[in-house]
Amino acid sequence: MTRTVHETARATKGRDLTATETKTPESPGRLRALSSRQGAAGDKVFSGAALAAGAIILVVLVAVAVFLVVQAMPALLAPQSQIANGEGFWPYIFPLVVGTIIAAAIALLIATPISIGVALFISHYAPRRLSQILGYIIDLLAAIPSVIFGAWGISFLAPALVPGYTWLSSALGWIPIFAGPPSATGKTLLTASIVLAVMVIPIITSVCREIFLQTPKLHEEAALALGATRWEMIRMAVLPFARPGIISAVMLGLGRALGETMAVALVLSSGPLIASLLQSGNQTIAAEIALNFPEASGLSLNTLIAAGLVLFIVTLAVNLLARWVISRHKEFSGAN
Amino acid sequence: MTAIATSRRRTALTRNRLPRYAPWASLAVGLVVGAALSTLVGFNFFGWGVFSAIIYTIVYVSWSGAVEGGRKARDKFATCLVVGAFIVVVLPLFSVIWTVLEGGIKGLLTPGFLGTSMNGVSGIQDNESVNTGSRVLGGIYHAIVGTLLITLWATIISVPVGLLTSVYLVEYGQGSRLAKAITLFVDVMTGIPSIVAGLFAAALFATIFGPGTETGFVAAVALTVLMIPVVVRSSEEMLRIVPNELREAAYALGVRKWRTILKVVIPTAISGIASGVTLAIARVIGETAPILLTAGFATKINYNVFSDWMASLPTYIYFQILNPTSPSNPDPSIQRAWGAALVLIIFVMILNLVARLVARIFAPKTGR
Repeated sequence: MTRTVHETARATKGRDLTATETKTPESPGRLRALSSRQGAAGDKVFSGAALAAGAIILVVLVAVAVFLVVQAMPALLAPQSQIANGEGFWPYIFPLVVGTIIAAAIALLIATPISIGVALFISHYAPRRLSQILGYIIDLLAAIPSVIFGAWGISFLAPALVPGYTWLSSALGWIPIFAGPPSATGKTLLTASIVLAVMVIPIITSVCREIFLQTPKLHEEAALALGATRWEMIRMAVLPFARPGIISAVMLGLGRALGETMAVALVLSSGPLIASLLQSGNQTIAAEIALNFPEASGLSLNTLIAAGLVLFIVTLAVNLLARWVISRHKEFSGAN
Repeated sequence: MTAIATSRRRTALTRNRLPRYAPWASLAVGLVVGAALSTLVGFNFFGWGVFSAIIYTIVYVSWSGAVEGGRKARDKFATCLVVGAFIVVVLPLFSVIWTVLEGGIKGLLTPGFLGTSMNGVSGIQDNESVNTGSRVLGGIYHAIVGTLLITLWATIISVPVGLLTSVYLVEYGQGSRLAKAITLFVDVMTGIPSIVAGLFAAALFATIFGPGTETGFVAAVALTVLMIPVVVRSSEEMLRIVPNELREAAYALGVRKWRTILKVVIPTAISGIASGVTLAIARVIGETAPILLTAGFATKINYNVFSDWMASLPTYIYFQILNPTSPSNPDPSIQRAWGAALVLIIFVMILNLVARLVARIFAPKTGR
């Protein structure tokens, strides 16, 4: 979402807004109309409307929390033997939370270094004209709907990864996360994580690039003038300046990866929690909700809504953490 | 010429430098050795590329380390990594677009694909088209109608609320506690997972109108929750960069505050606001999860958002892939899904382009 803001800001910021001054000379007659007495009521109405709109936002967010809690309550209060085939709510939700966190963590592990590399390539390595086009392409890619990434994952990526998985499990099978036998369809948690990584890379990249471009030119030139190579200049001037921004970009990607539904729902062939990433199994909260919601009713519906509440709380915690990190470094960097 | 070249090679500045052909030589070594290595494990172009890139990096960096020293070598290594990261990203992203184009064009060019719905199309027709080779029946008209109507209603609700909120934040609430709370809440809303927004709308309407209320409007409310924060953030940014001199000039002429906002501030920022709104629409038009939970599963054309189920392009793709119309012959469903995916991507791309054009064309004129 930050991306959108950056994008529009970039689109307009370059232009000199003060120039409008020359464009709006009010004729005397129009001025009299503008400042006439009848405007007094308008002032009140307009400020009232603006205030109301602001209040609506507070109400909506409170309503989200309240309705989720109200609809989730029956699942939390009912006898635990009636929930999720007698499993009870917490034993039901625990593997889902673990699966969600593992999938998001692997996705970020893949996406973060690559995104920083791409952002550096666009901001400091590519020729200027090329870098503008690349930035534009990255922004467009961030806008591709998630269901399309999911469809790509299931039809192209999963089959393409099967040979790799076979090799991994035969070479590194003694590590529990690569234990075989690998899935023959490739619809595993690792595939889902890779699809998630592909989805969050454009998001993290576009925020990182924005921040890398804000590095003070003087710092960069000072480093180069002292004889630093380009990589040393990046390590001395660009990365320290951008660190909080990178963290917030990663958190943004994490929030997206945690809440992402469609890619996982389409790609992962779900099952109980298992350690191996190469076998089908595991599940995330969002995908579990999407897959079961259409048939759910009564108490099972309440259970799914309670699962959604848990997801809401997890992403809320991540976002607040990101805000806290940014605010701690705000004065020193361009990450605000 | 040769005298100059040799003397230049000996000067202090160029003494410890790689010859100019070094990258190309390393690349050649990389390609040859990479081809050899990949033939050993079974040749394919992907393996060749990976091996060549690794060999190239090793040769180039160690050569540079031997001639130029560690610092230059590390710099070259970093360059290789950065360019490598870029290539690693470009491949899957182009693969996505290629897959959609490859699968989608056939579906899109099927006669009637854009103009018909899935009403009456069942496994029988699909089996027949696979067995006899006749054209695949069924289309996405109902899904396009649903997507446009749901997005339209979401826009109708969220743009006034979002715009007025940003006006409050910039013009009225400067520094007040309410404004701070709204800013925080908007940030929190930005992070709401889309499926939670869907659950909220479903829970809200289930509480008010009884369980099982699934219409296009419920989906629009879910999308509103996702859209409002985007609109607020982008319009706020745009209103903030309107120079204060413009407002003060209007006040000095005795213009009332609301007219100043309507006639001076918003017109100045309108290009940025419009492009922000367009980007917000582009974002929610592809949301799947909220619509999946709120609008049901329709195969018929439905123009009324307030009653009955409604289809949309993202959920259409999802259902066609996950539950093919004919479970024994999923190919027609897959073909329709890719056709719908191509249409959806075209929608999103057009919206993005429109946003950029709006920002450019309607930007305040500079000078005369």
